[in-house]
Amino acid sequence: MSAVLLEAKTVAKHFGGVKALRDVSLSIRHGEIYGLIGPNGAGKTTFFNCMTGLYVPDGGGFVFDGAPLMADAPDQAAARGIARTFQNIRLFGNMTALENVMVGRHVRTKAGVLGAMFQNAATKTEEAAIRQRAIDLLHYVRIEERADDLARNLSYGDQRRLEIARALATDPKLLCLDEPAAGMNATETEQLRDLIDGIRRDGTTILLIEHDVKLVMGLCDRVAVLDYGALVIEDAPAVVQKDQRVIEAYLGA
Amino acid sequence: MKNSRFFRSTVGIGLMAGALIALPFVAALGGQAWVRILDFAILYVFLALGLNIVVGLAGLLDLGYIAFYAVGAYTWALLASPHFGLHWPIWAILPIGAGLACFAGVLLGSPTLKLRGDYLAIVTLGFGEIVRIFLNNLNAPINVTNGPQGITLIDPVSFGAFKFSGVTQILGVSVSGPQKYYFLLIALAMLVIVINLRLQNSRIGRAWQAIREDEVAAKAIGINTRNLKLLAFAMGASFGGIAGGIFSAMQGFVSPESFSLIESIMILAMVVLGGMGHIPGVILGAVLLTVLPEVLRYGVGPLQMALFGKMLVDPESLRMLVFGLALVLVMRFKPAGLWPSPERQRELAEAKQ
Amino acid sequence: MDIFLQQIINGLVQGSIYALVALGYTMVYGIMGLINFAHGEVVMIGTLVTITVAGSLLKAGMPVALAGLAGLIAAVLVCMALGWALERVAYRPLRNAPRLTPLITAIGMSIVLQNLAMMIWGRNYLTFPSLLPKVDFELAGANFTAIQIIIVLVSAATMGGLLLLVYRTKLGMAMRATAQNPAVASLMGVNINRVIAAAFVIGSALGAVAGVMVGTYYEIAHYQMGFMLGLKAFTAAVLGGIGNLAGAMLGGILLGIIEALGAGYIGDLTGGFLGSHYQDIFAFVVLIVVLMFKPSGLFGEKTGDRA
Repeated sequence: MSAVLLEAKTVAKHFGGVKALRDVSLSIRHGEIYGLIGPNGAGKTTFFNCMTGLYVPDGGGFVFDGAPLMADAPDQAAARGIARTFQNIRLFGNMTALENVMVGRHVRTKAGVLGAMFQNAATKTEEAAIRQRAIDLLHYVRIEERADDLARNLSYGDQRRLEIARALATDPKLLCLDEPAAGMNATETEQLRDLIDGIRRDGTTILLIEHDVKLVMGLCDRVAVLDYGALVIEDAPAVVQKDQRVIEAYLGA
Repeated sequence: MKNSRFFRSTVGIGLMAGALIALPFVAALGGQAWVRILDFAILYVFLALGLNIVVGLAGLLDLGYIAFYAVGAYTWALLASPHFGLHWPIWAILPIGAGLACFAGVLLGSPTLKLRGDYLAIVTLGFGEIVRIFLNNLNAPINVTNGPQGITLIDPVSFGAFKFSGVTQILGVSVSGPQKYYFLLIALAMLVIVINLRLQNSRIGRAWQAIREDEVAAKAIGINTRNLKLLAFAMGASFGGIAGGIFSAMQGFVSPESFSLIESIMILAMVVLGGMGHIPGVILGAVLLTVLPEVLRYGVGPLQMALFGKMLVDPESLRMLVFGLALVLVMRFKPAGLWPSPERQRELAEAKQ
Repeated sequence: MDIFLQQIINGLVQGSIYALVALGYTMVYGIMGLINFAHGEVVMIGTLVTITVAGSLLKAGMPVALAGLAGLIAAVLVCMALGWALERVAYRPLRNAPRLTPLITAIGMSIVLQNLAMMIWGRNYLTFPSLLPKVDFELAGANFTAIQIIIVLVSAATMGGLLLLVYRTKLGMAMRATAQNPAVASLMGVNINRVIAAAFVIGSALGAVAGVMVGTYYEIAHYQMGFMLGLKAFTAAVLGGIGNLAGAMLGGILLGIIEALGAGYIGDLTGGFLGSHYQDIFAFVVLIVVLMFKPSGLFGEKTGDRA
């Protein structure tokens, strides 16, 4: 097993005339927390979407855990072990928090229509396991009291946590968080930081897009900076912070 | 919930069972025609709950559901009537009818289920029409469907020597054909109710709901949305096929007229007006939309004669007019249906604030 | 090949009618994202109103041209009012509802209008009064009539008028802006309610003209004629790229020609197995094929789903 979990090779993507990604190459190692930052419009979410199969890259591709990732197949990405949250939170609003996490178990379980109709022993066992795992995950992200509330009625911070719990339910090897701290205050951000740390300690590699520079620099093992769709630098936070090009990218030359 | 506790207590169940058993005999007091109306109400409950899997659970808008009903009906007609001289038994025909309908569902669904909601609606509508046109015209050069005249003298359901047509003495009670069908239909309806319930609260049901809520997010967590949509479509189609077979047997006659667009709309209305996805609501919708028009038909004519001395308005067009108005009014004032699920009710109450 | 030119001509005429009706669908869908199921019924009512008005004027002794004109004007006015009422009463309250709700409402209104028409005009086929001279022409083995020429010319003129409206007037600009982005358009001072009402009213007016032409061409009318016509016109709109005016026009003509050629040749193509009474199927097949392979139609834009 090599140290590299995900490798992006010269990934390019354009929308009409706009080059959102220009031959971006980077690699994420097992067990690290890898940050992806850059000014607005730099291409971070586009990169995310290409990786998770929502967009088809116009050039290059990804290798995940030794094998290439198929484009345009988000459900396959999840099955292979990539889970993600969304920048503008996409929960299943009219399902309860518990149900949201339970449906996250879908890709790792297999009861089908016949099982549902006949309620055989295997189905019942699996269903109980799904439920228990979901409850455990709600505990893990500390929203267990909200289990039976509709997801749309949760507070913003709880919704973010729920989305993370749902992503974890898919037993990912790589968890991708798209601006999880957006809209959070200092306390909430601290709690989020602890949660992410805990997830990494428990064995999941994490890719983090964030604007909160303090969070990224304090949490990540390595950071990549995108600007106008191109990779500027990929290194330890301390190095990146001092890099002249990064400072210019954020402040303007 | 207080209601369900009553329903689930032994007394509750006993009372409901008693009422269900007595119903066809009570209806017969008004004449066998009312038993037939009852039969159709239950057949439509079955159909509506089949469509509920597609529309209510998986959120796919199907305006051509009647096509699967037609496939099932004509399968029975062709395999159990003098038309081809075949008289196959029920346990052969029903699975074949369901299978063919399922196949039609997969055929239609494979290329189209990726379409956006209203486009899917139009495409399914088109498919339903295509089926009807073929049924109407496949009488030359080879006479398959006998065209607009339809197929008659269709065999009724029978289990061995026990025929569902004609009167039989059971335990000293005279049970008529329609009454016998009633019990068969109740059994089928209960089956589909249980299936709906079990599907709703299962891994598959949750996945369908996720697709309904946010298809992009559903894919992102690993749900194969294409296959699951196809599954819902195929299942719904199969139930339609079974219902069609029973319809054929019960009525003894089929023609393309029974499978028009308005029928598809009617069944969709039962699901949507009743309470989308909510099983009691769908049952209510089916019963209302089957029984009320009949009441209207029997009442409006004499009422007009009594009030005006002549028929001002054709009861048939009045019935359709009222149906159309009902669609508009319910969508305007109770868009979640007449009896929506508690979650939907809460949802809409909050949306209004 | 002997019927080829004939079918092309027939297709062009029928297609012009489809185009006019398709414009009504595409304008409403472009602005509101709603399939106005009731539009076909509005067209039907246009035809029936003309029959009643022109018919009774003719009986009263009015000269043909005047009676015809009066009939046309009456149809246009009634349909415009109907379109306005439809939007105001049935669709406007549902502006913010999920997609399914207005769709079902549209279906409901379609049923209501159809049955009102049946109650007013009866179940029987009605004869359309003869308003135009019956002159035949022949060209290269194909026959065509003065009526056909007039239909194509009137359609072209009407569509030209619409394009002028949409691209050269303030209202037209407002409509285009609203179709692109209603929120921003209203911030720029566009009265969205008026624009939407205009789309319905103009579409219905076009539909009325189409209705008169259908009556003139086929010489009969029936309360159920709106359904198939509407469905096919919608197919034409999708074929051309829904929301796109030029697309609706081209789609209509193209569909007319496809149908005519298909009906003409289907016997030969299927070795006699399928006859021309399968004609209606072509529209549906076109619809399914277009939506499967190029849902944005010939001129439509692809809208991506940005996560």
